[in-house]
Amino acid sequence: MLLIHCPYCDETLPEAEFAYAGEAHVSRAAVPSEVTDEVWRDFLFYRSNVRGPHYERWRHVYGCGRFFNAVRDTVSDRFLTTYEAGAPKPALTDLEGQK
Amino acid sequence: MNTDTETRPTAARVEPLPPEARFSLRARAHHLDRISEALWVGVPRRIGDIAENDARRAVCLGPDEWLLTLPEDQGAGLKARMAEIRHDAPHALADISDRELCYRISGPGAAQIVAMGCPRDLRALVTGRAVRTVFDGASVILWREAEDSFRLDIWRSFAPHALALVETGIEELRAGL
Ligand SMILES: [Zn+2]
Repeated sequence: MLLIHCPYCDETLPEAEFAYAGEAHVSRAAVPSEVTDEVWRDFLFYRSNVRGPHYERWRHVYGCGRFFNAVRDTVSDRFLTTYEAGAPKPALTDLEGQK
Repeated sequence: MNTDTETRPTAARVEPLPPEARFSLRARAHHLDRISEALWVGVPRRIGDIAENDARRAVCLGPDEWLLTLPEDQGAGLKARMAEIRHDAPHALADISDRELCYRISGPGAAQIVAMGCPRDLRALVTGRAVRTVFDGASVILWREAEDSFRLDIWRSFAPHALALVETGIEELRAGL
C-alpha cells in the first residue's frame, strides 16, 4: 500500500484513505463557447499520460475530504511531493534535487 | 494456539454509547472566534484536535469542518445561539445527531481490534485526538480516548457491518487466535 502525505492533515497516511482524481493543472476555459472545438476537445479528453513524474490530483476522501495535488513518478509509484490545491506547480528540477 | 483461554481476561469489549446531540459545522477561519463564543467551546484549528468545555466538544475534521458533540438536551440551545450570529459569522450547521451510531472499544486488545478494519498506524493517533478515517470500507470518526480505549462513530446503515467485524475480532482474541 502507498503512503501519501496529505498537505492539509500534515500526516502521511495509507492509500486506502485517498482517491485518485486525474491529472492536475488542467484548466477549464472561462467561457467555453469562445474556444475552438479543438481546444475544448483537448480540455475534455486529452491528457499527458506521462511516463515518469506526473502532476495529478488526489482527494483525502476518508479524512479531511480535501482535494490536493501531487507529483508521482508513474514508473516507480514514488510520490515526489504533495501540495495544496491552488498552490503553484512545483518545478521538477526542484523536486529531483531533494531526493 | 494458547491453551490458557479459561483464565484469560477479556482482551477487548465493545459497548454502544448513549445518544448525544451532534452537529456538523462548516465555516471560514476568520469567523471562528465569533462562532466559538456562540458554541461555548473554542473550535480547534488543527485537524484531529479536540477541544472540550464542560461536556461540549469540538473536533476539527478538515480545514473548514468540525464535529460538535454535546449533551442531548443542549442541542436546541446551540442551534438557537448559532442562528443569532448567522449574519456576523455565516456558517453551515447541520444536525447529525441521528446519522451515526457510536461505540466504545476498550481493553488491552482494543488497538488490535481497531487495526482489523482501519489501515492507519494507530500509534500515530495519540490519546486525545480524533480523525475521520476508514473502517472496513466505511467512513468513520475514530477517537482515541485513552491508550486502550477507542470510540467509533459510524453511519447508522454501516454499523451492523462494522460491529460484526468487531465482534468477530473480540471472539478471536478471546479464543487466542
Ligand atoms: Zn487530509
